[in-house]
Amino acid sequence: MNKLRASVLMRHEVGLHARPSVKLTKLAKAFESHIDLGLSPDGPWVDAKSIVKVMATKAPKDSTIYFRAEGTDAKAALEALVTLVDGDFQDGR
Amino acid sequence: MSENVGIVIVSHSADVARGTALMVEQMVGREVPLGWCGGDPGGGLGTSVEAIMKAIEQAWSERGVAILVDLGGAETNSEMAIEMLPEERRDRVVVCNAPVVEGAVMAATEAASGATLEAVRRTAEELTPV
Repeated sequence: MNKLRASVLMRHEVGLHARPSVKLTKLAKAFESHIDLGLSPDGPWVDAKSIVKVMATKAPKDSTIYFRAEGTDAKAALEALVTLVDGDFQDGR
Repeated sequence: MSENVGIVIVSHSADVARGTALMVEQMVGREVPLGWCGGDPGGGLGTSVEAIMKAIEQAWSERGVAILVDLGGAETNSEMAIEMLPEERRDRVVVCNAPVVEGAVMAATEAASGATLEAVRRTAEELTPV
């Protein structure tokens, strides 16, 4: 099985705290694919659709967020997630 | 009729309940039916079965309702309120064993995706130390 990968630098001032985590998780859940999130290219990985796990990563500002996704809409999911993080979580609603 | 599980917040303090509901609305959004109650009718601290039943009605969803509570009486009164619901609704309301503020935000995030009541409860309860 091929996993697609993407990464993006997070410049959001407070990092992956409550509000950004909620936005990221809600967006991830909109896709069918299995999506993992990690803070290094080799993991460890957490389920990007789990709000508890995403928030627990406590990724600080200037972290690079790594995604890997597997499924029919993996490409679209990665594009959307990278856009969200790159856009400072402005359009997550 | 919402397709998402509803969330009810029950605190001894009306301020805590209202504040938690605001956090859910602002962090997660309005797509999750939400009800809250707190305080006794005299304006002091406490919870009331009647107010909890109203909050459940407000947050009602055919998919079910997850209740987040703070301390002691909030839990027992919530269980009593569930028992007093019409029979066909009783099985679709659960009290989550989770911290009220964090649990409400996590549960609502899960509910916003159209998750089942059981998945919503599980997400809130992931927060509880084992």
